[in-house]
Amino acid sequence: MPLSDRRPILLANARVIDPSRDLDFPGDVLLADGVIREAKRGIHAAGVPEGTEVIDCRGKVVAPGLIDMRAFVGEPGGGHRETLASASHAAAAGGVATIVCQPDTSPAIDDPAIVDFVLRRARDTAIVHVHPMAALTKGCEGKEMAEMGLLKAAGALAFSDGSKSVVNAQVMRRVLTYARDFDALIVHHTEDPNLVGEGVMNEGEFAARLGLAGVPRAAESIMLQRDIRLVGLTDSRYHAASITCAESLAVLRQAKDAGLPVTAAASVNHLTLNENDIGSYRTFFKVFPPLRAEADRAALVEALAAGLIDVVMSDHNPQDVEVKRLPFAEAAAGAIGLETMLPAALRLVHNGEVGLVTLLKAMATRPAELLGLPGGTLRPGAPADVILVDLDVPWVLDATELKSKCKNTPFDDARLQGRVVRTIVAGRTVYEYV
Amino acid sequence: MNIAPKSSFVLSRRHLLGIEGLSIDDIVGLLDLAEEFVELNRQIEKKRTSLRGRTLINLFFEVSTRTQASFELAGKRLGADVMNMSTGSSSMRKGETLIDTAVTLNAMRPDIIVVRHHASGAVELLAQKVDCSVINAGDGAHEHPTQALLDALTIRRNKGGVEGLVIAICGDILHSRVARSNIILLTTLGARVRVVAPSTLMPSGVERFGVEATGDMRQGLRDADIVMMLRLQRERMNGSFVPSLQEYFHYFGLDQSKLSYAKPDALVMHPGPMNRGVEIDSDVADGAHSLIREQVEMGVAVRMAVLEALSRNLPNA
Repeated sequence: MPLSDRRPILLANARVIDPSRDLDFPGDVLLADGVIREAKRGIHAAGVPEGTEVIDCRGKVVAPGLIDMRAFVGEPGGGHRETLASASHAAAAGGVATIVCQPDTSPAIDDPAIVDFVLRRARDTAIVHVHPMAALTKGCEGKEMAEMGLLKAAGALAFSDGSKSVVNAQVMRRVLTYARDFDALIVHHTEDPNLVGEGVMNEGEFAARLGLAGVPRAAESIMLQRDIRLVGLTDSRYHAASITCAESLAVLRQAKDAGLPVTAAASVNHLTLNENDIGSYRTFFKVFPPLRAEADRAALVEALAAGLIDVVMSDHNPQDVEVKRLPFAEAAAGAIGLETMLPAALRLVHNGEVGLVTLLKAMATRPAELLGLPGGTLRPGAPADVILVDLDVPWVLDATELKSKCKNTPFDDARLQGRVVRTIVAGRTVYEYV
Repeated sequence: MNIAPKSSFVLSRRHLLGIEGLSIDDIVGLLDLAEEFVELNRQIEKKRTSLRGRTLINLFFEVSTRTQASFELAGKRLGADVMNMSTGSSSMRKGETLIDTAVTLNAMRPDIIVVRHHASGAVELLAQKVDCSVINAGDGAHEHPTQALLDALTIRRNKGGVEGLVIAICGDILHSRVARSNIILLTTLGARVRVVAPSTLMPSGVERFGVEATGDMRQGLRDADIVMMLRLQRERMNGSFVPSLQEYFHYFGLDQSKLSYAKPDALVMHPGPMNRGVEIDSDVADGAHSLIREQVEMGVAVRMAVLEALSRNLPNA
């Protein structure tokens, strides 16, 4: 690493936001030796170590680097879709300092050696932190539990079958029970595949008009309800990977009111888009679970503002043109999101629907707490993972400029306001918008 | 001998992808033009030259007898060169994608491509990739616009109009592109449309289409002017939507007893091919109230009208 990269950095005259302490104040942040030294009002340039790079952040926000709890990266087995390197460049451009990659790769991350492979590969090729989730069941097949203890010891942060659901309730109960012995976090995609059936978009009038098979909301809420009942038996830490509709929120509210150790995430897609965006069969808007009605989207946003939704994630899922330029029902599901998660979500802030501190908490602090990571805060001693954000700059997204290997973004040509102008990971600038 | 049609109607679009988006004027213009072709088709000399020199490709990813034959005859009677391609005989079976097929055919410089595909939206996707006109001959469970037009023409010729009629569309509404196109077209022309189906075959949100939905044939057929039966799409049924064909016929099959709930002069339609004894009894299908054969005749005329109207937009026309 070149010496200049390791110079201390003073982020001066910024609007400093530390969501871990609900702080939002004008001040300065000093980074040195890979950690945050201080974040307070009035660190004067005179008082900083020799050789410190002083960056004038007037009019900009300094916040903890984002932690994306749900990003699919191709490696191993799908490097044509995304590599750890390309994902990390996309992440850096989006202000994501930590990617939590998903285990439904090929082969699945269900063996400690594969966890080790991902960590080494990330260390050698990625410019942001990468931590894998490991498979909940072998091969993500929902049948036999994976080696949770060994996988966790190898560095897996949590356990999930990625975009697959464990259909067998007995398997799910055992996995949850066993996870408790290791204090492991279980992250589950809640979609009953039998109720999903042939469905490819939200069930209702629009699906009927397009002649597409619908996915009922109950496919999600039933699976979530089942899981929560099982958590009631096992008292293990459970996180719903992607909640999309109002009726799931009611189930979640009940679980939280009952004091169960349950948390939930929503994707930026479901917080900012709805089923109408599919228009005439636009496959870049095909995601699982599907985009829902506007009323569901509004309910999700409200739940985020109220703290019922703990985490906002990108659900980054690169798919190349060959599998997207097909009739809607036959096209692959998934949208990329690492680079757009913050700018797209800022729409909610600019509309006055969600506070900036609340949003950043859901994108950095809460993921860190759930996963046991040291980031998501500007407390002295925390890793120097910080972002500099220009909240107001208007821009139009051009998909061809994105750093992901695949360009399947639902935000192509979208008018956005606000973008990340600098991303610092472990005290080193890994992205700068010029 | 080429007598120019009286109607100078031009469809103000390049493709016909669905009924949705057509104005009343578009629909009436096509039906009026089709009337002229009905007369022409009853002459010995059926040929026109308005599509002379034009190439029409029938691209069928799903098997079809009557629609494909109907488009083929329509194209030939208007003087076009017609080529038929279907899945059995082409590289579409060899893993070539829809878009690659479209690009390949486009390079052969056809003027009009008629497409049927098993996936909703596939015809529109193909239309985005070619320079010629595209006609939707049925895409998944989405639309089948020429079927709805021929049904409307048949109704209009027998009832003098469509406005104010009570029309019951019965059967597998969920999987039916015929139902979707007809609901849009017939409500646009001012008919009162009822849809009748078991709840498992009724699309979610159908009441937002401006129709009355019921699960009871007798109630649905009460005082109906037109009873339009749909084919029970057995090949599309991956799950079990109805317990048995016997039970389906008992509750939803059209026989004389159920038909007696409709108006005495009610007429019966079916887009074909029929499953006799499943959704319709032979007595009814072949009875005096049946318009089923006339629908087939109107099909050729309507497709000629669509080809003619679109061809008037083609370059150098």
